[in-house]
Amino acid sequence: MNRLTMLGWLAIALIAVGSVLGLVVLPADALQGEVQRLLYVHVPVAWVMMLAFFVVFLMSILYLVQRRLKWDLLAVSAAELGVVAAVLTLILGTLWGRPTWGIWWAWDPRITTTALLVPIYTGYLVVRSMAEDPDRRARWAAVIGLIAFVQVPIVYLSVFWWRSLHQPPSSPQSMWSAYGLVMLLGFVAYTLAFAYLWLRRYRLAATELELELSGPEEG
Amino acid sequence: MSALARRAAAILWKDILSETRTRQGFTAMLSFAALVLFMFSFAIGVDNDLLGRLAGGLLWVAIVFTGTLSLGRTFQNEELAGGTRLLRLYPGDVRAIYLGKLAGNLVVLAALEVVLFPAAAILYGVDFAAQAGPLLLVAALGTFGFSVIGTFFSALTVHLRARELLLPLLLFPALVPVVLASVGATEAFLAGDPLGRATGWLRLLASYDVILFVVCVWIFPVVLEE
Repeated sequence: MNRLTMLGWLAIALIAVGSVLGLVVLPADALQGEVQRLLYVHVPVAWVMMLAFFVVFLMSILYLVQRRLKWDLLAVSAAELGVVAAVLTLILGTLWGRPTWGIWWAWDPRITTTALLVPIYTGYLVVRSMAEDPDRRARWAAVIGLIAFVQVPIVYLSVFWWRSLHQPPSSPQSMWSAYGLVMLLGFVAYTLAFAYLWLRRYRLAATELELELSGPEEG
Repeated sequence: MSALARRAAAILWKDILSETRTRQGFTAMLSFAALVLFMFSFAIGVDNDLLGRLAGGLLWVAIVFTGTLSLGRTFQNEELAGGTRLLRLYPGDVRAIYLGKLAGNLVVLAALEVVLFPAAAILYGVDFAAQAGPLLLVAALGTFGFSVIGTFFSALTVHLRARELLLPLLLFPALVPVVLASVGATEAFLAGDPLGRATGWLRLLASYDVILFVVCVWIFPVVLEE
């Protein structure tokens, strides 16, 4: 078993342990009830989303500086995961919000900004899929990856001024320690899962590019 | 005048000349903008109070929709005749192309707004004239931000298939701060700014304009590489 596969199994094992702890072992939240258990997935997945988009930004910069296609492939692999994580965050969030806040959708800065991240990085992926030449494709994608990261904090700030409802992020003091530990486990587990999927997707992208560059007559 | 500004001005003048020779693009754009204003009334109904309260938001959405169509043409005409490649061959910083095109879009959007603001005032029954000074500042900052981002993404998408679809997809999320701040400031000024919120919106808008302008100018040469 190679190291990457081991990483994948480790992530699955930790997610399984975290799920058992969060779903069965820990008691339901006194105020929010059973639905609070969703947060053990919602919060780590939201973290993975931010991590993924930060990776896109870093890889975009590296590509623009060094012009090696490797960085572009790493960026697009992270962008795909980021979009999936963003959609998952939104779905889990609305499922949690309906019983807790009484509404499916609140026009809150974090929700609204997360929802806007989906079209932003979908745009990134669509632009990539439409450009034929690998170098051009990488260049345009890197530019979008960089601009997106500049605009997102200001999008957040502007929506924050526009309206605010989301509860502030839970600090360790606001959470009972066992909850905090399971949450921490979630962060580690989902980050490892991200790392595994990211590197797997990168290998696939590298193989695809190799095939593309080798031309149709040989492939 | 520096060489960069002179080159940018030359590109602006070229575009103004070619636009004023036909005027088709601008006429179509104005008609479209008027139709958007009508569509809002059709969707909302003839409730003059309601339309008056929504006027700031409706006006900016009309500007963004119409402006996006016009921004898409920034590099399209150029590209049809292989013009971008020729422009790149001229000596000097390619950023002049961005600055010239940006100035052109500012002129077009300003011309659009000169018509659109009075039209909205008449159709929605709001008195923009009473707050003319502050609203002029909002319009200037909002239009600048819109053009900065729009010109940039227009250059980025011009080579792509389905660019008509991709430009709004990239542009609209980036415009969120511009739209929120412009609408926020417009509505605050129209209401006489009782809560003093307009200044905050203007500051946010100005900061976003500056940040995006710096980033776009800095990175533009990468977009235009062959």
